Amino acid sequence: MSGAEFVPLSLTPMLIGIFVAMACALPGNFLLLRRQALIGDAISHVVLPGIVVAFLLSGMVAALPMLLGAAAAAIISVAAIEAIQRLGKIEPGAAMGVVFTTMFAGGVLLLEQSDTSSVHLDVEHALFGNLESLIWLDALGWSSLLDLDALSGLPVELPRMAGTLVLVGLFIGVFWRPLKISTFDEGFAQTIGMRTRPLGLALVVVSAIAAVAAFDAVGSIIVIAMFICPPAAARMMTNRLETQVAWSMLFALLAAVSGYILAGYGPLWLGFDASVSAAGMIATMSGVLLALAAILGPHRKRT
Amino acid sequence: MISDALLLGLGYNATLVTLGAMLLGMAAGVGGTFLFLRKRALVSDAVSHATLPGVGLAFIIMVALGGDGRSLVGLLLGGAVSAGIGLLCVSWLSTRTRLAEDAAIGAVLSVFFGFGIVILTVIQSMSAGRQAGLEGFLLGSTAGMLRTDAIVLAGSAALTLLLVLLLRRPLTLAAFDPEYASASGRNVTRIDLAMMGIVLAVTVVGLKIVGLILIVALLIIPPVTARFWTERTDHVVMIAGLAGGASGYVGAATSAALPNVPTGPIIVLASFALFALSLLFAPGRGVLSSFLRHRTFQKRVHLRQGLLALAQNQPIYEGLTMRLLKRAGLVLADGVPTDAGQARAAKAMLDEARWTIVRGDHSYEAAAVLYDGLTDLETLLTTDQLRDVDAQLARPQGVGA
Repeated sequence: MSGAEFVPLSLTPMLIGIFVAMACALPGNFLLLRRQALIGDAISHVVLPGIVVAFLLSGMVAALPMLLGAAAAAIISVAAIEAIQRLGKIEPGAAMGVVFTTMFAGGVLLLEQSDTSSVHLDVEHALFGNLESLIWLDALGWSSLLDLDALSGLPVELPRMAGTLVLVGLFIGVFWRPLKISTFDEGFAQTIGMRTRPLGLALVVVSAIAAVAAFDAVGSIIVIAMFICPPAAARMMTNRLETQVAWSMLFALLAAVSGYILAGYGPLWLGFDASVSAAGMIATMSGVLLALAAILGPHRKRT
Repeated sequence: MISDALLLGLGYNATLVTLGAMLLGMAAGVGGTFLFLRKRALVSDAVSHATLPGVGLAFIIMVALGGDGRSLVGLLLGGAVSAGIGLLCVSWLSTRTRLAEDAAIGAVLSVFFGFGIVILTVIQSMSAGRQAGLEGFLLGSTAGMLRTDAIVLAGSAALTLLLVLLLRRPLTLAAFDPEYASASGRNVTRIDLAMMGIVLAVTVVGLKIVGLILIVALLIIPPVTARFWTERTDHVVMIAGLAGGASGYVGAATSAALPNVPTGPIIVLASFALFALSLLFAPGRGVLSSFLRHRTFQKRVHLRQGLLALAQNQPIYEGLTMRLLKRAGLVLADGVPTDAGQARAAKAMLDEARWTIVRGDHSYEAAAVLYDGLTDLETLLTTDQLRDVDAQLARPQGVGA
């Protein structure tokens, strides 16, 4: 395939897919070890009403109000889960189930009742996103990567996701030791004077930022898959946290690249002329990788 | 329009669907209770998302065999098969590998759903003109349903409810005390399997009515709602069934009146409304009643401390205490105790002294553990015991009998 075709049509969606996968898998490692793996699932459901309300208030599909709305919804949901758990003495899983289904239902209803037909905002988009549409029309070939005019036409999602990945990476890097200690032995972390509650909250907030930024670009399904599958597969490969994070980055990269290529070109190889959902395919590939790791991984068993 | 729908006045199909949604809600409420008690509520989320690839593949197979692919029974069977595979994956991942159950749930949910979306896009491209309407399975749509489909749904919802009711005794036993259940000769693995079977049935029947994204709400919210009203399992089961049935009925009827609104979200919001009411107003565990209980307790403590202060001629600075004493007619506006106040204060002092003796004497141990500074001693000791205590009070302290 020539650069003239690949760079404008496939390079940016593929890069965005890779950034999303890595930005979600990175905090996912810690969430998995802390038994909070389903937080990604909950976040991606509750941001829908936030985005819809932001759209209704601001009247446009712009990044900033939507991010604010999504963040507000995420905060409300965390508070609601906590409140229901405390007030009703309900176990966390059930409290989470109550909140995220209700908020998602509210979001869907708002969406269906309001006039959003003129803009690109519907439930399907929120679920699957539209990775394929994030193309770079100004590019003519590999040389465009050095062309400032063409670079200014890059889809905004690309720098935004890259920024999110850097932010998430910085957070994990800076707080590596406290995160590691409090994840494996919270009691010990507290006795040496660490404030584990704010740290845990910060981890959730960073995950929410990654989820919301990714949600905007690629829909919720990749987000949920990437929070869980690459770290889970990496968990089967090693007992060391450092190695696990490295493996999870590799798996996230593999899933994003192979999923995107299979979705875009797989049907062509089989003789069909249409492509399939890239978001769905990336999620599927992360599942295939997890299955392989669960069958063959050297540390797949509990010891 | 909505009142028509609530009174089942919108025609035969809508009525069937509404009744079906009600039966489904009851089955989900009752079945969900056991999941909730087993603390495995979110397993149903994985099961419901895992139906999507099955539904899509069933459509493709039916089209390949020459049908139009819209047979509801075929689609639901496909969904049941892939949901079953998803369930097996969850239990394999969480028992045979080191992954915890929540991670297994999330992995299965997202991967199966992602694969389902891949299949949906395949369907979109292969039969561009005749869209299968499979999106209706995501959020539920009961508008324009065929008569046969409505009958199938209502019938299978009724069957599911019957199944849950038949199995409720072993399910209760296994939910509360799995060890006892297996010691008394029941096969807990099989009971758990039956529970998952019920979840599967509810999910599959609910696909068309509630939609696969939100069906989990119908299994979680009614049991959580019911838990506020009672401490007894059989009552939780019953109330959860009622709450689920009511939300199914109201939701499906409302959406029959408003055809462009998906059914699932309305049912979920109806059931959340019941939950919110229970959270606020349920006796015992509700927010309002906890608040009132707290206030009553606070008043008793303040009154007691105020009386003790009066008895010892100490000034009272605390506002609430003063207000309570005045309102009860125990002190005058200037803070001087009335006759009744004097008497109550003396009694409070005497009770404190009695309590000191009771708590220092092992023979009153049973009463002493109930000490909270508020309970009247007369309610705990007999007249004879009280007389003994008073006799000790009269004696000089520190001299044995």
